[in-house]
Amino acid sequence: MSLSGTAALTAHGISLSYGHRPILDSVDLEVRRREVLALVGPNGAGKSTLLSVLAGDVTPDDGEVRLDGRPLGEWKLRQMARERSVLTQEHRISFPFPAGDVVRMGRAPWRGHPEEDDDDRVVAEAMESTDVERLAGQSFSLLSGGEKGRTSFARVLAQRTGILLLDEPTAALDIGHQEAVLSRARAEAATGAAVVVVLHDLSLAAAWADRVALLHHGRVTAEGPPASVFTAPLLSLVYDHPIDVLAHPATGELLVLPDRRTSLSREETA
Amino acid sequence: MTAVLSAAPVAPTVAPTLDRKRRRRVVLLYVFLVAALVVATLVACGSGQLKIPLQEILGSIAHRVGLDIGPLPSHPRGEYTLWNVRFSRIAMAVIVGGSLAVAGAAMQGVFGNPLAEPSVVGVSSGAAVAAGAAIVFGLRFAGDWSIPVCAFLGGLVTTLLVYALSRSDGRTEVVTLVLTGIAVNAVAGALLAMLMFLGDTQARESIVFWQLGSLNGSRWSYVVVVAPLAALGVTIALACSRSLDLLALGERSARHLGVNVEGLRILLIVVVAMLTAAAVSFCGIVAFVGLVVPHLVRMITGPGHRTLLIASLLAGALVLICADTVARTAIAYTDLPLGMLTSLVGGPFFFWLLRRTRRTAGGWA
Repeated sequence: MSLSGTAALTAHGISLSYGHRPILDSVDLEVRRREVLALVGPNGAGKSTLLSVLAGDVTPDDGEVRLDGRPLGEWKLRQMARERSVLTQEHRISFPFPAGDVVRMGRAPWRGHPEEDDDDRVVAEAMESTDVERLAGQSFSLLSGGEKGRTSFARVLAQRTGILLLDEPTAALDIGHQEAVLSRARAEAATGAAVVVVLHDLSLAAAWADRVALLHHGRVTAEGPPASVFTAPLLSLVYDHPIDVLAHPATGELLVLPDRRTSLSREETA
Repeated sequence: MTAVLSAAPVAPTVAPTLDRKRRRRVVLLYVFLVAALVVATLVACGSGQLKIPLQEILGSIAHRVGLDIGPLPSHPRGEYTLWNVRFSRIAMAVIVGGSLAVAGAAMQGVFGNPLAEPSVVGVSSGAAVAAGAAIVFGLRFAGDWSIPVCAFLGGLVTTLLVYALSRSDGRTEVVTLVLTGIAVNAVAGALLAMLMFLGDTQARESIVFWQLGSLNGSRWSYVVVVAPLAALGVTIALACSRSLDLLALGERSARHLGVNVEGLRILLIVVVAMLTAAAVSFCGIVAFVGLVVPHLVRMITGPGHRTLLIASLLAGALVLICADTVARTAIAYTDLPLGMLTSLVGGPFFFWLLRRTRRTAGGWA
């Protein structure tokens, strides 16, 4: 599975601080086509901020992000919107647009381009693959958290971009939809897309990512295939909690679990 | 690890039927609004102290166009009343109503808040203060345009101020918006009071007239001044309708879809100021039109801004023609203040909307 492609996004020497609090500290990262890259790390490690920097929402204090070799600042917003799509963590809407309209908004960057003719087909396909077809006529603001997440993911898919930046796409989703979303992300990578996904569930990251970048205190502590990054000592150190990494008895997949024995014994002795 | 989900294209089934249904509703609404506008205009032309029958109105218009059809107004002052009093007043009603409704809809889109409206947040009062100052201090730097230009600048400053004060984290909370409106309206009210104190009797009367809001004495010369302002504002707002839809997703997501959020914001703030100035310059503060009209339209057509703006334009014009006809015919030989009428209806509506927004998700947050 090491079909690593060309670099779609490169971040070089990214540093960013809010006030005196450093969020990112000289981060280097390469996002390649045909690859799912998972950003993992404890709360406040800088995952979402790094994703915002990659998306061009936040200009870093230091360093540069290049999209297809050109600095982000040189891209027109509309042009960039045809290259990369972003799924944010929050899914809000100011007016009661139906979910179907929200998905269709993903087609906006293609207005006036030949791809516009595919709008109906692309929207229908995106809604089908995220299982939100039956929600099409319902107001987005009245959907449940998971339904909103899937509808927003459908909007991102409808944008049909070669780079997908997904901030916790599995949040609030049930286990079946989590798998569906990540397998769809994989499918996008298989057809040549570069996918960056922020994940909290390390077993999910191990199962679906080609490469993981482990962030800790604003730095990339380790980077590489899940099997090489997800080791019990490293994860225990970074998450400040005892963690076990096991192989699934039947499939051999990596399972990352908190080691509850120590905390239990601690309670017993207490 | 292959893809589980099929990426096979499926025939779109759900969306088009929904779309068709919605499109039919929209077309029906347009047809209704245009028909109602025509009827309301004819009724408004005919009613008043001097009653003019329908065939005489049509006959008079036909003769002006050069067609020798139908009777001319039989009353000696009929022709004059129609062309120099009523038509210009109705034209002004169309401009003011349409401008305020579109300004409200655009403002709600930019603020991401269904309660934003020129009079609620104080933009109308801000414009009125500047226009009042132009009168009291006799500013004539741009001829007939002096008052609208001042109103525009006043509206622009107020909109920018409210925008800067009431937003945090890229959105406007209802509480903050309403409280900002109270503060801005209070200051503007004080400034208007000061202008009244400074001004002579004539200026004082004009300012009182503004605070009440009225279409009385709308002359063609006024119409000619504000019509381009309104037309420009409406055109720009319409051109931004797609971006406004995307802005509903929030600033970040709108940016990700290619919207230049900062540029759009500034442009629309200028538009709101322009439209408010068009409405306020000669007619004063007519409150709540920009709140009630877009809201009712949204209930029928949904929140898509293209339809919302066009329908609001028509419905705003219709509402104001009707309200103005009531204002000048409800009590014989009296011209009730139009702003008083719209506030009488709009105030309770605002209250209802406030309670409703509070209940639904994201209202206060």
